[in-house]
Amino acid sequence: MAATSVRPQPAERPEFVREVGDIPAGLRVDAPLTVWERIYRIDAVRQATLLVVLAALWQVYATSLGNNLVLPSFSESLDALWDGFVTGPLLSRAWTSIRVLVVGYAAGIAVAGVFTLLAISTRLGSDLLNLLTAMFNPLPAIALLPLALLWFGLGQGSILFVLIHAVLWPLALNTHAGFRGVGETLRLTGQSFGLRGVRFAVKILIPAAFPAVLSGLKIGWAFAWRTLIAAELVFGVSSGGGGLGWYIFENRNQLEIPNVFAGLLTVIGLGLLVEGVIFRAIERMTIRRWGMQR
Amino acid sequence: MSTASISVLPQPLLAVRGVTVQYKTTDHLVTAVYRASFDVHRGDRFVMLGPSGCGKSTLLKAIGGFIRPVEGEIQLESQPVRAAGPDRIMVFQEFDQLLPWKTVRDNVVFALVETGVSRHEAADRARLNLERVGLAKFADLYPHMLSGGMKQRVALARAMALEPKILLMDEPFAALDALTRRRMQEELLALWDDVGFTLVFVTHSIEEATIVGSRILVLSPHPGRVRAELNVPAGIEARVALDRRIHHLLFGDDATERAARSVHGRH
Repeated sequence: MAATSVRPQPAERPEFVREVGDIPAGLRVDAPLTVWERIYRIDAVRQATLLVVLAALWQVYATSLGNNLVLPSFSESLDALWDGFVTGPLLSRAWTSIRVLVVGYAAGIAVAGVFTLLAISTRLGSDLLNLLTAMFNPLPAIALLPLALLWFGLGQGSILFVLIHAVLWPLALNTHAGFRGVGETLRLTGQSFGLRGVRFAVKILIPAAFPAVLSGLKIGWAFAWRTLIAAELVFGVSSGGGGLGWYIFENRNQLEIPNVFAGLLTVIGLGLLVEGVIFRAIERMTIRRWGMQR
Repeated sequence: MSTASISVLPQPLLAVRGVTVQYKTTDHLVTAVYRASFDVHRGDRFVMLGPSGCGKSTLLKAIGGFIRPVEGEIQLESQPVRAAGPDRIMVFQEFDQLLPWKTVRDNVVFALVETGVSRHEAADRARLNLERVGLAKFADLYPHMLSGGMKQRVALARAMALEPKILLMDEPFAALDALTRRRMQEELLALWDDVGFTLVFVTHSIEEATIVGSRILVLSPHPGRVRAELNVPAGIEARVALDRRIHHLLFGDDATERAARSVHGRH
């Protein structure tokens, strides 16, 4: 090929226009998915499969170990779980924990709401929230427990105090960050409709920042669980019954290790239930439907 | 200009009197608009035209009541504009002006109900205005399922449903592809023919200004000052002439000739 300084000219080609005609009979423009493909698309199916695999691995390893003081097998733990629920105190212990948890969680949400509203209405409120979050969010709730015991005594009051502390800061932090991320256009649009103050927050900011609010709620929920179980481990019997943490602690002291695992499985099961059913349902009805999350 | 010809004019719907708008960045005080004055009358398609950074969007936001001018006054029907309100509804360029958590219909209904319209009436007006923009069939979809042009139509339907005294549009078609933009301009004109609203429209496109507008306010850049107010004539030829005239106003002689040459050269 000879080197040339002449710019290459595109080759001249004839034009054409043609009829595309009918689609051939065999071609499926929108073919339905196979049954297998459709089953595989269900999140719950894939996740349940993973759970089964994990349980099988546990079973195999524990059986080969053969020492149920160190690691009882999955089937033994399941037996202990069944016994605990049917004849033992596991159900009432779980119920005690959940009751305290829900009260503390709700109170935490309420306080976070007040702080966040304050933070979006005034600059000083925003400074206050940022400062308090920076100070208290890294502080483990359990570290506050000795102080709480001193202030509120050996009862529900102390647990509620640490639960609120566990929920409040991550939720307020997430919600406030979400509010600040709401676009200028939506804000101006809301203003045009005459929305101000609390009505503006409830009708524009919260739904617009809902992915952040929801993730704050999830984190708050998980923190509340951890804190509750740990607090129960530390001081056991509160207001009569004692919760799951106490159940775990008690059984470890009596070397009923399968029961310890049954207690842990209950905590895990409840966590999966709330995440997989309640939060999943909220997500499906809100941010997924609104196209804010895939 | 004789005093007689002024007294013939009716009271303007919107009067902007010596308005200066400034805003603060982290280290500067920026004067976006300097002592702008103009009138908008009922039924006008009033276009504010100028290059980027001439403060036209800022001026529109001031009319909307989102920003307070530091000097001068803006009056709507002789009442000073003090805050945002449903008598001046803005259609923005951005597609996120629709509430993503409400369906197309509920976006319109929500705006009406929040501004004090009864639910029944709101439902009627939502239906009527979604029909007007040709989206009646899509009323139950959520905004994320719509194309950009459809979202802008919903925003327009919502704005018309609120029956504002004046409709403000801030480069509403700038984020659309060229074909859709062209169609939306035609549809806006058809709606104006049907409904007869008063429109203030901001654009940086001379072509769009001559298509959409009935009167064009030309702003000079940085800070925005009123350079001219021109009427848009009927007929393609006259519009092309106007196009060139505005080009000349904004960019001066050399640029105009260069542009004309390059247009000529391409054909």
